[in-house]
Amino acid sequence: MTLFALLGALEQGLVYGIMVLGVYLTFRVLDFPDLTVDGSLPLGAGVSAVLITQGMDPSLTLLFAALAGFVAGMVTGLLNAKLKILHLLASILTMIALYSINIRIMDGPNVSLLGVRTVLDWWIEAGVPPYYASPIMFGLVAVAVVIALTWFLHTEMGQAMLATGDNRQMITSQGVDTDKVIIFGVGLSNALVAFSGGLIAQNQGAADVNMGVGTIVAGLASVIVGETVFGANSVPRAVVACILGSVVYRIAIALALGMKIGSFSFTPSDLNLITAVLVVVALTAPAIKKRFM
Amino acid sequence: MLKLTNVTKYFHRGSVNEVLALKDISLHVRPGDFITVIGSNGAGKSTLLGAVAGSFPLDEGTIELGGVDITRWPEFKRAKRIGRVFQDPLLGTCASLSIEQNMALARRRGKTRGLSRGVTGKDRNLFRTSLKEIGLGLEDRLSDRIGLLSGGQRQALTLLMATMVRPDVLLLDEHTAALDPKTAHQTVLLTEMLIREHDLTTLMVTHNMHQALAMGNRLIMLHQSEIILDVEGEAKQDLTVNDLLARFYAVKGEEFGSDKMLLT
Repeated sequence: MTLFALLGALEQGLVYGIMVLGVYLTFRVLDFPDLTVDGSLPLGAGVSAVLITQGMDPSLTLLFAALAGFVAGMVTGLLNAKLKILHLLASILTMIALYSINIRIMDGPNVSLLGVRTVLDWWIEAGVPPYYASPIMFGLVAVAVVIALTWFLHTEMGQAMLATGDNRQMITSQGVDTDKVIIFGVGLSNALVAFSGGLIAQNQGAADVNMGVGTIVAGLASVIVGETVFGANSVPRAVVACILGSVVYRIAIALALGMKIGSFSFTPSDLNLITAVLVVVALTAPAIKKRFM
Repeated sequence: MLKLTNVTKYFHRGSVNEVLALKDISLHVRPGDFITVIGSNGAGKSTLLGAVAGSFPLDEGTIELGGVDITRWPEFKRAKRIGRVFQDPLLGTCASLSIEQNMALARRRGKTRGLSRGVTGKDRNLFRTSLKEIGLGLEDRLSDRIGLLSGGQRQALTLLMATMVRPDVLLLDEHTAALDPKTAHQTVLLTEMLIREHDLTTLMVTHNMHQALAMGNRLIMLHQSEIILDVEGEAKQDLTVNDLLARFYAVKGEEFGSDKMLLT
C-alpha cells in the first residue's frame, strides 16, 4: 500500500467517521436501526453543494446540510414514534422519499463543485500540501464531533437518550417522553450524517444523488469493526472506536481493492461483497475468539 | 389522594380473545394509605396498577390524583407523580448504565432534562448517603454497571429510585415475587422503611397472603376483575389467612377447599 493510498483511506475513514457516529447514535444508543442515512448523506451533500454554487460560505453551508439532515431524521422519528410504523420501515420510507427530494434540491441528479471554493481551500492557501489538507481537516472535525458527542451523552438529555435505548419502560417510569427522545435522537443522528455528506461532496468536488447507496452498511461495518477491535466498554471509548473503526474499514477496503492474486483482482463493484464478509467476520470474531481461548 | 371511579378495562376488545380485566372498579385511596392488594392469578391486580400508572387507556371510568383528573395523561406524565417498582427486577433499571447514572435519572424524575451534567458531585454525595442507609455495600460501587448487580440489589435500587423524588403514590407490583426468600425479606424491610420514612401512599400487589396481612393499614382482594373485599385499620389487624380464605369463598359463594387458586 502506497502512502497516497493510505492517506486516501485515512481521509475517507475520518470524513465517513462522522457519518459512523450518526449510525452509532441510532443503532447502538437508541437501538433504532435507521436506514434514513442512505438518503440523508446525499441530502447533506446536495444542500451544501447547491448553497456553495449560490455563493454561500462553504463552512456555513455545512450548518444548513446538518439542519436538513436533522429534519429528515425527525421525519423518520415521527413516522415511528407517532404513527407507530416499524422503525426499519419508517426509515426506508424516508430514505426513498429523500431520493426525489434530493433531485429537487439539486435540480438534477448531481451538482459539480469543480473550480469552486470549498472548506479545504483554506488549508491549501495556508500552504498545506493538498494531499495532507483533507486528512488534517477531517481529523480535526472528527475530534471536535467526538468531543461534542461524548459531552452530549453525559448530559441529562444524553443520559435519557441512552436509557431510552436500553430500557424504555424504566425511563418512561422516570417521567421521560420517549417519543420525543426518539424523534430528537434520530434527527441528531441524521444531522451528523448529512454534515458528513456535505464534507464528502466538498472533498470529492461533486454531490450525486446515488452517493448514499450503501451508507448504512458501511456505517454498521465501521461501528462493529470499531467495537470488536477497540472495545466499547464506556461511552467515550465507543465513540472513539467508531472513528477508528471507520478508518480501519476504509484501509481494509483499500487493501482488498489493491490485492492481486495471479490475474485476479477485486473491482469497486466487489465492494459490497467485501463489506458483507467484513461485517460477518467482525460480528463473529468475539465468539470465535472465546471458543479458542 | 387517588380516586378511581367506575374503571373498566377490556383487553383485545371485540376479538374472540376479549378479556374483561377490570370491571367497574371504584377505589378511594386516602393520603398515607398503605394498601396491600391480593387475588388469584388473572384477578386484575397488576392491571389495576397498570391503570393507575397509565400503561394503557381505559375503556370506561376516571382516575383522579390529588384532585386532578389524570385519566388521559400518558404514562410518562403520570410518572412525575407516581413511583413504580415492577415484578421483574430487570425492568426498573438500565443494565448498561452505572449505579450513579441510574440514580441520577431517577433524581430528575418530573424535571426538565437539559444540557447540564447527567451526574454531578452533589448527586454522588447524596447517592452515597442513601445507599449507605440500605446497607448493601453499593455506596462504594457508584460507577459499577447495573448489569453486574444481582436481582435483589437491582430491586432494592429500584425502590430507592422510585422514592428518591417523593411520589404522590408508590406502586409496587409483586416486587418481591422474583427474589429468593432471604432477599425478598430484606426487600420487604426496605420497603417498610422507605414508606415510613417518606410517609408514602402505597398500593402493593402481592401473592403472599401473610405479607398482605402483615404489611399496610388496608387490604383489598380482587376476584374476577372486581374488588370483593376492602378492610382497614383494626379490622385488618384482626384478619388471619383462614379468615381471608373463608371470606373469599363466602363472597363468591363457592365451595371452601379449592384454595389452590388463591395460594398459587
